[in-house]
Amino acid sequence: MTDRFAPGSRVVTYLHDPPHHTRLPRYARGKRGVVVEPEGRAELADVSARGRADAPVEQVYAVRFEARDLWGEGDHQVVLDLWESYLEEYEEGAADER
Amino acid sequence: MSGDHSDATIARRVRRLETLLEEKGLLTGGELDEAIDSFLAGASPANGARVVARAWTDAAFRSRLLADGTAAVRELGSMEGSYQRLRVVENTATTHNVIVCTLCSCYPLRLLGPSPSWYKSEAYRSRVVREPRAVLAEFGLELPPGTRITVWDSSAETRYMVLPRRPDGTEGMSEEELAGLVTRNALIGTAVL
Repeated sequence: MTDRFAPGSRVVTYLHDPPHHTRLPRYARGKRGVVVEPEGRAELADVSARGRADAPVEQVYAVRFEARDLWGEGDHQVVLDLWESYLEEYEEGAADER
Repeated sequence: MSGDHSDATIARRVRRLETLLEEKGLLTGGELDEAIDSFLAGASPANGARVVARAWTDAAFRSRLLADGTAAVRELGSMEGSYQRLRVVENTATTHNVIVCTLCSCYPLRLLGPSPSWYKSEAYRSRVVREPRAVLAEFGLELPPGTRITVWDSSAETRYMVLPRRPDGTEGMSEEELAGLVTRNALIGTAVL
């Protein structure tokens, strides 16, 4: 199984608000970032946290976000550890929420 | 920021649960204390300080530490029994790193010891990702305007530790003396040395 995203890939996070546990913090939903590196595979917490034994094992990535993309201001960066299924490729020119 | 967070409610709830578990015969009195003691045995910021002092004095170790923190700290024998990935992030003259867990309170316990209560507070967790410069200033850390700040939000299995910059004027110090300079807050990134 190969990783879907290479370091440097431009990605956008899911915008949805699931009714169950997830490790995609609310402040980072529907936001554009850049993959820093893969961190290794882990069971998807959204499924395993519900006590289910069938959690898929996915690559987890460190993803870097610019503060202005998260908060509309600021010059710092935030890096989050995100499961592969939280991420989609970001295409230039695609619908932009800003 | 410390001092604005009370553990009283959670402490009451934990005591009540403990009492219930004992009343129902699921646990005996000392059992929980033993489990906690063994969990915390060897967890101390002295471990993180040793790692930092070695990185300051051994360039090859520093390279290995930044490339694969988990394997490098095992060389020092301070992470036995650890199952998590460790990523060490390095401060430089122009960059500063700070760690947080906005979802709960994930923390590299073995290297840093039990986390301070402010690390678990709603105020720290919600604000440091949004306005790190202001939060760090409240800790007494005023960074130059040009310093690039990166906040590492531990949202999965990786745990982060900051490699602080070695203070000036410490050239003649031994590794042990250097370790004595390293503070817990410098390993979190809410202080520099």
